[in-house]
Amino acid sequence: MKAIVCVKQVPDTSGKVAVKENGQLDRASMPAITNPDDLNALEAALTLKDHTGCEVVVVSMGPPPAEGMLRELLARGADRAVLISGREFGGSDTFATSQIIAAGIDEIGVEKDDIVFCGRQAIDGDTAQVGPQIAEKLHLPQVSYVTDIKYQDDGSLIVTRALEDGFMTVKVETPCLLTCIKELNEPRYMSVPGIFECYGKPYEVFDYNRLKDNPLIEDDTIGLKGSPTNVWKSFTPPQKGAGTMLEGTDVAAQMAQILADKHLI
Amino acid sequence: MPEISDYKGVWVFCEQREGKLMPTDFELVSEARKLADDLGTTVTGLLLGDDVEGLAKELGGYGADVVKVCQSPLLKEYTTDGYAKVICDMVNKYLPEVLLIGATTLGRDLGPRCAARLHTGLTADVTHLDIDTTKYVDFLRNASTIDVDNQKFDYEDRNLKMTRPAFGGHLMATIVCPRFRPQMSTVRPGVMARGTFDQAKADATKVELEDFELTAADIHTEVLSVEKAAKKMVDLIGADVVVSVGRGITKDIEAGKKIAQDLADELGGVVGSSRALVDAGIMTQDHQVGQTGKTVHPKIYIALGISGAIQHVAGMQDSELIIAVNKNPQAPIFEIADYGIVGDLFQVGPNLAKEIKKIQDAKAAV
Repeated sequence: MKAIVCVKQVPDTSGKVAVKENGQLDRASMPAITNPDDLNALEAALTLKDHTGCEVVVVSMGPPPAEGMLRELLARGADRAVLISGREFGGSDTFATSQIIAAGIDEIGVEKDDIVFCGRQAIDGDTAQVGPQIAEKLHLPQVSYVTDIKYQDDGSLIVTRALEDGFMTVKVETPCLLTCIKELNEPRYMSVPGIFECYGKPYEVFDYNRLKDNPLIEDDTIGLKGSPTNVWKSFTPPQKGAGTMLEGTDVAAQMAQILADKHLI
Repeated sequence: MPEISDYKGVWVFCEQREGKLMPTDFELVSEARKLADDLGTTVTGLLLGDDVEGLAKELGGYGADVVKVCQSPLLKEYTTDGYAKVICDMVNKYLPEVLLIGATTLGRDLGPRCAARLHTGLTADVTHLDIDTTKYVDFLRNASTIDVDNQKFDYEDRNLKMTRPAFGGHLMATIVCPRFRPQMSTVRPGVMARGTFDQAKADATKVELEDFELTAADIHTEVLSVEKAAKKMVDLIGADVVVSVGRGITKDIEAGKKIAQDLADELGGVVGSSRALVDAGIMTQDHQVGQTGKTVHPKIYIALGISGAIQHVAGMQDSELIIAVNKNPQAPIFEIADYGIVGDLFQVGPNLAKEIKKIQDAKAAV
């Protein structure tokens, strides 16, 4: 049994987000962090490891500096890390990305008892698409927006997923893929022994040559050129103008109507 | 393999829960109608469930020419496997050029699964759609800082232009999917305008009951229960709505807190606080917004009785819409607020909650 955790390094958008004059994001001005939901995915895997002793493999796709993040996750308790990295993969949309990561996971191997954990979505793109798309490519059943997992004696999982106004509880067999949200758990920190060990743990890079013969890789749908979706235009919304002062005896009604007109309520 | 030109028509996946259509369905069908008119094609609603054909005609009232209904006890509850199989089989049979799905928690589970299987692109959580480039340029004129008159656009382009916010709304991106069909997007609920219901059109809707193959063996998850829950308290950072209180509530602390909580509950949000109240022990640290507290960027930020010290502003100035209520017309908070109300929060707060409730009740009754 093993837990495979998909993680992404993202710019920290919780602070000040800088946009360059050409409308591109100024990534250099923001610190790189592990995507928050992915830490919940890792914690779910580490909890499973606490109970079963299973192996925890963290997988990421990104440029070589993402090694720093993966080492940190090894220090938190993961056993092995794989970085999928190559120029050929750069600029991939979610379809292309999920195909490449699915190929990487396929190389690691998904067996009967295995579980793939992903964060629900990354804070840079907010798409929540890569997890389900990996599941489809690996032919795994999926449960997204996971808030609770109960492991059954027969090897199945009883999983609770969030809805807008409640919860749905489903039973799923392994192998499967779960996308996790922050309500699921509280991520642990790195431990001191973990920090000492993290550079001694297995760390591999899968480049294009390593993955190109995997049957999941289609050469014409990876990278910037191959991605099915392209950015046609990117732009910044106009700067806020001076605010409006509301006056009169019905200010509350005016305000509520403005919220309704803006589809905010 | 079908060619791109073989794909025709705009489709909307119409989500129902417990036999009731979702409000998003009407928004998406209304939007699909506009896109289909620009393309000179038809709108088809795709409705899955168990014994749901009675819901179909209403979708026609908002612009669907045809509603295809797939019914089976296996589709009574939403399962990724069951729904994805039927939708993909229908798409492969009829070849629509556009497929829209509401970006609900289920739509965002279903959309990527289908797109991966259909071998096409998917744009997530879209807030604006265009076919016609002239209309798109008009949209940019108001919604962007781009000097559109000094830019070249391809006015012949007939791809679906799908616009979505990225990085918390700091950037907008317009995405196209030129090489594959259908062009798919999940669309953010509550953004597209619902059209006017037309009874004659509803009556004229063609409802087509579809045959499809689906067996229990196709579905690898089993739904055990669906429960409604009281809204869980989320922490400040992820909240869509934050109602914060400041020194202005000290006149009657308990009443002030309740006003903020009521307003937050009405909007599905959480209560924040200025540093002054935390330092005074009136609010706990986890509520604090600001330089030394949390940085938030909700869709709506309401500041009740907060003067707007720089340290507070640093934590909330990137909110999408800021409403300030303060007795003092000179309060600095009004300089960064989108909407300002000079008045007593003990009156304005409850009135605002009441007016919002009125509008929400009216919407729910439609």
